[in-house]
Amino acid sequence: MSAVTALPSQAPAPRVFKRRSKFERAVSSPRFWRGIAGILAFLALWEFGAWAKAGLGLEIPFFGKLPAPSAVAAAAAEVVVQPGYWWSWVESYKRVLGGFVIAMILGIPFGLALAVNKYFRDVFFPPFEILRPIPPLAWVPASLIFWPTNEMSIIFVTFLGAFFTIVINVLGGARTIDVRYLRAAQSMGATQWHLFSRVILPGTLPSIFTGAAVGMGITWNVVLAAEMVSGGGSQAGGGLGFFIWSSYMGGSMEHIIVGMISIGIAGYLSSALIRVLGERVMPWRRAF
Amino acid sequence: MQSQIFSAPTVPTKGAISIRDVTKIYDPDGAQVMAVDHCSMEIAPGEVCMIVGPSGCGKTTLLNAIAGFHSITEGEILLDGVPLCGPKHPLASQASDRIVVFQNGALFPWKTLAENVAYGPMVQRRWPKAECIERARAALKEAGLGNVADKYPGEVSSGMARRAEIVRALINEPKVLLLDEPYRAMDALTKQIMHEALLEMYDRTKVTIYFITHDLEEAIFLGDKVYVMTTRPCRVKKVIDIDLPRPRDYTTLTSEAFRLLVKEADEAVHEEALKAFQAGEREMA
Repeated sequence: MSAVTALPSQAPAPRVFKRRSKFERAVSSPRFWRGIAGILAFLALWEFGAWAKAGLGLEIPFFGKLPAPSAVAAAAAEVVVQPGYWWSWVESYKRVLGGFVIAMILGIPFGLALAVNKYFRDVFFPPFEILRPIPPLAWVPASLIFWPTNEMSIIFVTFLGAFFTIVINVLGGARTIDVRYLRAAQSMGATQWHLFSRVILPGTLPSIFTGAAVGMGITWNVVLAAEMVSGGGSQAGGGLGFFIWSSYMGGSMEHIIVGMISIGIAGYLSSALIRVLGERVMPWRRAF
Repeated sequence: MQSQIFSAPTVPTKGAISIRDVTKIYDPDGAQVMAVDHCSMEIAPGEVCMIVGPSGCGKTTLLNAIAGFHSITEGEILLDGVPLCGPKHPLASQASDRIVVFQNGALFPWKTLAENVAYGPMVQRRWPKAECIERARAALKEAGLGNVADKYPGEVSSGMARRAEIVRALINEPKVLLLDEPYRAMDALTKQIMHEALLEMYDRTKVTIYFITHDLEEAIFLGDKVYVMTTRPCRVKKVIDIDLPRPRDYTTLTSEAFRLLVKEADEAVHEEALKAFQAGEREMA
């Protein structure tokens, strides 16, 4: 034994607080486990409801018509190994992202232009406001006629779904930037370009991301409906909307539910992507 | 690199403001609300001028006219003898010789404190970008904010944010610093620290200060002159010379001379506050 370890211990060692990762903290929190318990309880209830007809001879409304979660899981296990199922994901994602990205590329500058230029606003805002209340799905027949391919009309309708929301959010965000920031910048000698690039643009970013998050949700709505209406078109699988529709036509309730859950996951991934991007781009808004 | 960021002339020569017979009427074609009525003030270079008056009396209107945010209806305002605004140009231009520190703070939330301070020199292209940031850091350090220079405004206390905002204004070497109730929402203890920090920065720069406040003790503690304004329309009711010796610190607050000045100012202000309050009641009825 060395002399160092033989030293008598004096004051207790200071308590060291170990920094834990976000995941560790989540797993150790009771809220996490309450959430898990909620999901499990829901699945158990569903399983029981689906089993009650065969087991007890008692048909519980709604649940009785559903396949049990175990049956859905079995169907899912069967489906996820088929490339056609994943092609549905790719198809839908292509349409969602295509429409969404075009909506961002056109919507952000358009919204900013409406916000900063009075003349532009006077001319373009009224027609915009007339077109905005038209539900994107009302555009489907017209766009099927207007665009040469099915694919283009689906992307167009998807684009419309996100475009109006993004523009409205950008416009609102840019118009409500506190005048103090503009005045402070101007009194420090900012040019018009500096005002725009260093004040209006960063000041509008939170609204841009709000618009993007809402727009992304609408985009999924629209894509799904458009895929059902147009039949998806392509031979490699017509997207998740068509996956559900063809399952319905084939009378497979299990597959319908697999499709629904797939869309839930796909939508969640899309909004998570926007959230992560938002935190990246706006470091000052991170929660501390 | 110089050791002091803000160099102070021994006798201030710049930053004289002349407000001559200024009148401001809002909505002259309609409701015709008179905010300022033939108001005149002569502020000497390097003077700390405290403006006290009832809420909504038009103190901020004058500040906005000096800063170039609002036009005036009549009269003229001169900075070092050069007209800022007058009959021909009712709206002053906005320039970095007059910088405003706002009531609720206007640090850009999307920039760190150092980036905020560097903003003015950067858009004016006074130095290369890297040097702007470096000087901003040095200035923050001198104001005791060196360890939070890379934080965002949302991450520091309101006292620190407000101090950083004054640093951001002073790095532009303005002739006039316009403060619109900058310490309004602060508790008394923080306020005291803010006052001492402001006085310290003032001693280094000797910039002319136009400071709006509701707080009489603040006005007397900081000021060379206290202007008591009438209720709307705004006019100068009384000018009180504050001959308390500088440098001042918290012991000044308990001196007999300080108490007498507070009493003198209080009488003038109270009368106006009462008038404003009753006028408010009439408007409601």
